[in-house]
Amino acid sequence: MNTGSARPMRHSAAIWGGTVLLAVALIALPFALTAVGTAWVRITNLAILFVLLSLGLNIVVGFAGLLDLGYIAFYAVGAYAYALLASPHFGVHLPFWIAVPIGAAIAAVFGILLGAPTLKLRGDYLAIVTLGFGEIVRIILNNLSQPINITNGPQGITLIDPIRLGGIDFAKTEAFLGLAFSGPVKYYYLLLAVMLAVIFIGVRLQNSRIGRAWEAIREDEIAARSMGINTARIKLLAFAMGATFGGIAGGMFSAIQGFISPESFVLVESIMVLSMVVLGGMGNVWGVVLGAVLLSFVPELLRYTVEPVQRTLFGRMLIEPEVIRMLLFGLALVLIMIFRPAGIWPSAVRKRELAHP
Amino acid sequence: MEPVLLECRNVAKKFGGVQALSGVTFAIRRGEIYGLIGPNGAGKTTLFNVLSGIYARAEGRFFLEGRDLTGLAPDEVAACGIARTFQNIRLFANLSALENVMIGRHVRTRAGVIGAIVRGARTRAEEAAIERRAIELLDYVGIRARANDAAGSLAYGDQRRLEIARALATEPRLLALDEPAAGMNAAETAALRRLLERIRADGITILLIEHDMRLVMAVCDRVLVLDYGVPIAEGAPAEVRRDARVIEAYLGGPIAGDVAAAGAVAP
Amino acid sequence: MDIFLQQLINGLTLGSIYAMVALGYTMVYGIIQLINFAHGEVVMIGAMIALSVIAALAKSGLHPVLVVAIGTACAVPVCMAVGYVMERVAYRPLRGAPRLAPLITAIGISIVLQHLALMIWSRNNLAFPQIIRTETYPIGGATITNVQIAIVLIALAMMAGLALIVYRTRLGTAMRATAQNLQVAGLMGIDINRIIAATFVIGAALAAVAGVMVGTYYGIAHYTMGSLLGLKAFSAAVLGGIGNLPGAALGGVLLGVVEALGAGYIGDITNLCHFAGVSEALERRCSEDPHLVLFGSNYQDVFAFLVLIAVLVLRPSGLLGERVGDRA
Repeated sequence: MNTGSARPMRHSAAIWGGTVLLAVALIALPFALTAVGTAWVRITNLAILFVLLSLGLNIVVGFAGLLDLGYIAFYAVGAYAYALLASPHFGVHLPFWIAVPIGAAIAAVFGILLGAPTLKLRGDYLAIVTLGFGEIVRIILNNLSQPINITNGPQGITLIDPIRLGGIDFAKTEAFLGLAFSGPVKYYYLLLAVMLAVIFIGVRLQNSRIGRAWEAIREDEIAARSMGINTARIKLLAFAMGATFGGIAGGMFSAIQGFISPESFVLVESIMVLSMVVLGGMGNVWGVVLGAVLLSFVPELLRYTVEPVQRTLFGRMLIEPEVIRMLLFGLALVLIMIFRPAGIWPSAVRKRELAHP
Repeated sequence: MEPVLLECRNVAKKFGGVQALSGVTFAIRRGEIYGLIGPNGAGKTTLFNVLSGIYARAEGRFFLEGRDLTGLAPDEVAACGIARTFQNIRLFANLSALENVMIGRHVRTRAGVIGAIVRGARTRAEEAAIERRAIELLDYVGIRARANDAAGSLAYGDQRRLEIARALATEPRLLALDEPAAGMNAAETAALRRLLERIRADGITILLIEHDMRLVMAVCDRVLVLDYGVPIAEGAPAEVRRDARVIEAYLGGPIAGDVAAAGAVAP
Repeated sequence: MDIFLQQLINGLTLGSIYAMVALGYTMVYGIIQLINFAHGEVVMIGAMIALSVIAALAKSGLHPVLVVAIGTACAVPVCMAVGYVMERVAYRPLRGAPRLAPLITAIGISIVLQHLALMIWSRNNLAFPQIIRTETYPIGGATITNVQIAIVLIALAMMAGLALIVYRTRLGTAMRATAQNLQVAGLMGIDINRIIAATFVIGAALAAVAGVMVGTYYGIAHYTMGSLLGLKAFSAAVLGGIGNLPGAALGGVLLGVVEALGAGYIGDITNLCHFAGVSEALERRCSEDPHLVLFGSNYQDVFAFLVLIAVLVLRPSGLLGERVGDRA
């Protein structure tokens, strides 16, 4: 936390060099991916959405130590808020830069609604309550088509407005500087910008007075209170911040997909995001980004390799890639907790904390 | 005579059917080192937990500089100026010593989420001040060299010092220490005694639970003796050690003798 | 038909099943303070194994009751093995780790078991062979089936058996001692690892039987059937006071009844047409169709969660649990 200033010169030169290389790679990435197949740009976009979600959940689980198993509910709230505010369903068509913040704000309110009654719960009980909360939100979305049709039930909401920013319509392909910018490519740049902002916010929060207060309640709540930390407020802040990021990701998801239904917000999705946080390294922003990227891409790579391999070996599909993906998720959670409990790229603090006695 | 800093009136606390504290009335004057002694289970830590707001529902009232703190939450009590340490050390064990003390500054600083994200001039100045003050305090208690070590990895005596530094970081009017000398050797205890006197000289009043009678006798201006949750004596250490009821409480019978021996009773 | 009595009977049946699963949660929690998140999957595996065995024997000419009994007899040891392996692989290495670590491995195990089941039994809803012919008996304006009676009676017998083990055997004494204090029990010469494994295995056996019951009662099995059931059973355990065996039984039955009654009445209670006088538009709407239901019985699954959240928030020690003091 206090190492930033004292880094040796050549070290910082290496970091600058690396940053520039990474930036060039990130900017060129969609064109390289388009060459392989447009699907990969979409996959990358989804991966970035998961990075956003993981960073949000990391605030709650990694920073403040509150295990939230219903996190996807905030994603759902953000997504439905955008869908209802920008689709023919109610005939409302708010622009993206109004609808997404509204969704994020509603998600934050939900975060506080979830957080407030659960402030005094111990870790594992909290996990179960949040799980129940997530399921309740999903069941309500599934059923709120009666008596007044708000969510359109299991059919979900269609024809959601794509994002329009200034003169740019993100649903259309446009040529610029002799390059073709397809919809997914444009969304990629938008998502990349949002992701960088969220990473920036995450890092800033971690190294701040608020971040230290989160660490304090994670370590010892009674001691934290006795040192003057209003634990209720600081926990609610974590829930609200995490939910806000979830809501933003949800709104973007809604706009990019153009269609949402309750099926996108099931418990497994919460667990997937949790896996990303755990795998990458709870509490470390960069680790979490790594975890989300890995768990988003590896299953896709599997999809493209496992299928042909099985077909050539057995002549047919024995195990669907989706099943392999989930088995890997499950195994990853178990193995990481046993052999590398602090994740692939842990924060220094969490490493100490999770080292087995 | 200095004005009263902390005043307790008839504080009592019950756990189920057990009366852990009753009729505890006393006043600590500004600049004092006030001892709280008594056999194990006498209710000393219970009193601390009441005064620091951890036991919200207690009877009686207590005031800091005339301000009623009864029923406040621990963080509010800390904000009002009472800071404490714990008998069974409660540091943020995986954070560095420096971070522990920096967290102590939380209650006297302001930066919120926006400040953290924008990190404008004011936030940067505040962060720098927090770190500077935390290092000063580590220096003050004599463990500056360990600033970047995980708190849980420090030696026992250093952990006790770190807890004091963390408590001091909240700028308390009253510093409440729960057995700071427990587990310390003679040299460490002597250093602790000098630290306590220095803290007092710097204008902070101290409430001290301690089993090490030599330390209590040497450093306290007055002591309050609790037995089975009831105050049985109060006064200068020299008077209290001759009090028949105190001797009885410590030795379990009306045996005459010098209660300096009581020091040996303590673990 | 007497809706109240009918829903009470349905609730008692459902509650007996919840109780059996809840016992598994509460025993494990009582001993190692772990929420065995994957316990619901054990129920699912029990149902699946029984389904396969019963389907295979359905045309064998054996008596249907015997076939179900054989199915159960096959499901129980498999589930016991699953319970044992689960403890051995995912929980034992993490004993003494922070609380959240085994919770996360439990989620992992749960996912793995579900998808292994998916591979074996497909992702479809499977019809659980209804080889025992359902007989319906009228009872005070409602009806009860032979399956319901069997479920309640078997559950009672299993719980009595569990009580015998826990309170009347050496193993049970060791289990209770371990639940009191793991370290001390170890110092007293109790083989902690064996006791903990035994707890998982016994809980899994109960879960297996519960799985067969669920399959028989609903006539359907699916690879994800365990997660919701598990959550509800966990809610039941919390409701009764987690770690408390009679509490789990009581909580299970109560939750079953609340859920059944809730499902039976919520549509009626939240029918906005009761308040038709409030506005003219509403009155007009209701004269066409007297059902303007805010929450229908499709909200049934929400009840368990609401009970769970309410209990955890308001009285985390549950109905029969001891109140934990506010010691610092």
